[in-house]
Formats: sequence, structure tokens, C-alpha cells
Amino acid sequence: MNEKRKKLKVYRENRSQKTGSHYDTFEVPYKKWTTVLDALLYVKSYMDPSVAIRYSCRMASCGSCGMKINGIPKLACYTKISELETSTIECEPLSNFPIIRDLVTDFSLFFTHHKNMEPYVQTKDNLDTDTNKGTFSFYQSPEDVDKYLQFSYCIKCGLCYSACPTVGTDMKFPGPQALAQQYRYFADTRDESKNRLDIVDDRHGIWRCHFAGSCSKVCPKGVDPALGIQLLRSYMLGISKNDKVPAKRIEISNNTDTEDGAIDSNS
Amino acid sequence: MESRTLLKESQIMKIHYITGIAAIFVVALHIMMRLVVPFELSLEYDYIIANYKNIVYVLILESILVLISVHGFNGIRIILLELRQSRAWENMVTVVTISAMIGLIAYGTRTIILANGL
Amino acid sequence: MKEIEQPSRNNLEGIGGWLNPSRYGWERISYWFQRLTGVFLLIYFIGHVYETSTIVNGQNAWESFLELTQTVWGHLFLIMVIGASTFHSANGIRLVFTHAGIGLGTPGRPDYPYSPASLNYRQKSGIWIALILAAVAMYYGFNVLFGV
Repeated sequence: MNEKRKKLKVYRENRSQKTGSHYDTFEVPYKKWTTVLDALLYVKSYMDPSVAIRYSCRMASCGSCGMKINGIPKLACYTKISELETSTIECEPLSNFPIIRDLVTDFSLFFTHHKNMEPYVQTKDNLDTDTNKGTFSFYQSPEDVDKYLQFSYCIKCGLCYSACPTVGTDMKFPGPQALAQQYRYFADTRDESKNRLDIVDDRHGIWRCHFAGSCSKVCPKGVDPALGIQLLRSYMLGISKNDKVPAKRIEISNNTDTEDGAIDSNS
Repeated sequence: MESRTLLKESQIMKIHYITGIAAIFVVALHIMMRLVVPFELSLEYDYIIANYKNIVYVLILESILVLISVHGFNGIRIILLELRQSRAWENMVTVVTISAMIGLIAYGTRTIILANGL
Repeated sequence: MKEIEQPSRNNLEGIGGWLNPSRYGWERISYWFQRLTGVFLLIYFIGHVYETSTIVNGQNAWESFLELTQTVWGHLFLIMVIGASTFHSANGIRLVFTHAGIGLGTPGRPDYPYSPASLNYRQKSGIWIALILAAVAMYYGFNVLFGV
């Protein structure tokens, strides 16, 4: 059978066992559409079930299967073997994340940095927008949404965090994902928080980004975190004026026959 | 957890950008002043001493000294802060870079003042 | 569940990660060059301030120091300094614009193949212009220093 095969060189280590690391090489068949994740699952099914990997959606939507493929952070489900030029494909865990086992890494610090950015819409009066209580909803035009939409596409896969040169040496640096999310909320007209810029105005904050651009280069969802960070910085330098108009609030009426089709909480 | 700093990081970075841009102009002037005379002449002792007596030249040199020291040592401070993050290290980096800045400016100013008096 | 042992730097790439900038394209290479030239220029500047201070010790001191620097190696070193300062300045100007959010494009609705708006032709050509200016300056410096 004229089956095409390539070698998969997988990093193996179990940090809790402290036995050191090595690479295992497996030869896998592939077709034009076979992804690296498919190949790794083939290895697990037929060759070595002990290979530890994380995956879930298999369609670049959940961000679980991030790993270094031939030295560059990529999503395994989104990288086709036929499009990689080398005959041996090296799979290593994402750098800048502590390794737990094989290709599985610890994302706790990554999520901590994200949480430190207060990644939720804050309003001046801590408005409860639960529509069941008959309160308010926000009005946003398509132009308002476009200001932050691409940054909301972030799937927290960690590829940008792995590629960033500053993250490589500075554990206090929030990383491109967290900083881009800070911009996402800063640009959102629904958010009225006044201290978003102060959170990142720190000697290990936004100023340690030097626009190496590696984050945007590896992002699989087109979030372009480097753009978000530089735009946020332009506000901090006073180049862009902070003249965001807060989103208009629309009262949701309790009347049954309303023209705007609002929810009737009494029916 | 955060200790109060003398300057906010955004203020330090504004200084970094401004000193960088200003330094380009004065360094370009300094280089051009060496290029408008034959190269060998520009290195002669008497010619240089005569330059040090010129107040405009002295001001250019002093501004290069201050701008580049501030910009350069702040750059080193940034690189060193990214390498390690303990409190002791960060305090050491701040102290060393500010002292080095002041030390270099003082030493260079001494040269300018002494050469001006020669 | 067993405690997971964390080595002190947590699989951070560290300085080793700085040494391979070509993985990620031109912007990463220019970041690497900016740092390298910056440190190099600072070291040169400290040496230059010391070198020029010998003039206060009189003509003999000055001329004996000149014998050290006006050599072939001294001139080649100075050409490196010229190249480094030109690149650092030109790239620095590009960075001041990008850090101010200028020249990066605007946020929009990304679509496949998700080319990032910030890594656009303006940035790449800015980097290339900086490199070319540095090469031109080095060539001019070579002509002046070696009296060609």
C-alpha cells in the first residue's frame, strides 16, 4: 500500500516521577488532511497509550491542544502534517508553562494573570443586567462592537504566552493574552471601569512589551494581541484620547405590548 | 504588595522615548561637526581643546551625555528587570542603574569642565 | 494527588529563547537587534566617555590613547558602532510610532487566514529601511575611516 508516513518525535517527561526527559519517535501514516492531533491520537491508540496530551474540540475552538510543533507554538488540531516540510515532526510542550507530563502543561499562572486584569464588564453603579429582573440592556452599534470584537475571539490557548520573549524571562509579566484582554474591556463601551490603565501601569506590566510581534504571529484566531497592546499603550501615552462614550442603556419594559419587543417578565 | 515608587513606570517610559528621540538630534550634530573638517584634523589635540572652549559645543556634549546616559541605563534597567523578579534584585537594579547614570554624567561633566579650562 | 515539583524557572525559555529570533519573523529579529545594539552602544558610550577624558591629562596622554584607537581594529569597531547606532535610532523611531498605536491598522473582523493587522508591510518596510540605512552608514563610515 502506498501509504505516506512521517516520524513523530514526542517529548516525554513525568515531572512528578523526576526521571528526566527523553524523546520517543513514532512512525505514523498520514493523508492530506491528517492533523498533528490525529497523528498523536493514532500513537495513543496503536503504539503507546501513555502519551499525555490535552485536546477537546479538534477544531481550533477550545484552545486545549497547544504545543510546540517543530519549535513553533501551534494548535495540534489546526496543523496539517502534509503542510509541515520536515520528515520528522517534533512535538514538545509549550514553553513558558510548567510541564506536568509529556505535552501537558500547567496553565495556573496564565489564568492568574488573566484574572488580575479584571476581565469582566464593570459599570459605575454595578448594574445587574440580568434581564429576568426587568432591568437594563446595553445598546452597541456594529461600529462599537468592531472596536473590541477581534480581541474577544481569544480562546486562551496560550500560544502567544509561549511565543513572547518577555514572558520567557519575566514571570510577573502578564503576557500578551492578558494585556489584549485588558484592551478588549477598555475598548468595550459597556465597561465603565476607571482603573484599567492603572492595573497595567507597572514595571512588569504593559511597558515590558516591546512589540516583538511573536504573539500575533502565532495566534490561531486572528486576535492580534500585539495590536491590542499597542492601542492600549497609546491611551497611556496620551496619544489617543480616552473619549469613550458609555453605551446607552435601554430599559426593558414590563408592559406586555411593547414596540421594541422587550422581554415581558410577568408572563 | 506593591511598593510605592518615585516615578510611575509610564512616566519613566515617556522619559525613555523623549531622551531617545532628542539624543538622535544631538548625536547627529556631534557627528556632523566631526565630518565637516578633514578626519585627521578632527582628532588633533589643539582642535579639540578649541572645540571645548566653544560654549555651543559644550552644551551639545553635555546634552548628549545626559540624554544617552539616562536612555541607556534605563534600557539596561529594563533588560535586568526582565531577567529576575525578586524584591532584592529589583531594588539592586534600581540603585545600580541610577548610580551608574549619575556617575557617568558626573565623570563626563568633569572632562568637559576641565577641558574647557585648559 | 502527588505534589507536582516545579523547577525554579518553570520551563521558561529564559535567555536561550532570546538567541533564536528567526523563528517568528522580522519583528522578532528587529527586537533582538534593538536589544543587542542598545547594550553594545551603552558599552561603547562608557568607553567613549572614558577615552575622551584622557584629553584633560595633556597632549601626550591624548596622543598615546589615539595610538590605541586609530588602528585597523579600532576603525572596524567604530564602523560597527556606526551601524549599530543607525539601526537603533531608525528602528527606535519606528517603535515610538508603533507604541503610540500609529501605523498598526485598526481592529476589525478577522477572517481566515487571520493575517495580523499589526504585522503589516509598514512595520516590515520600517525594519528593512533601518537595516539598509545602517548598511549605508557603515559603508560611508568605511570610506571616511579608511580614507578610500
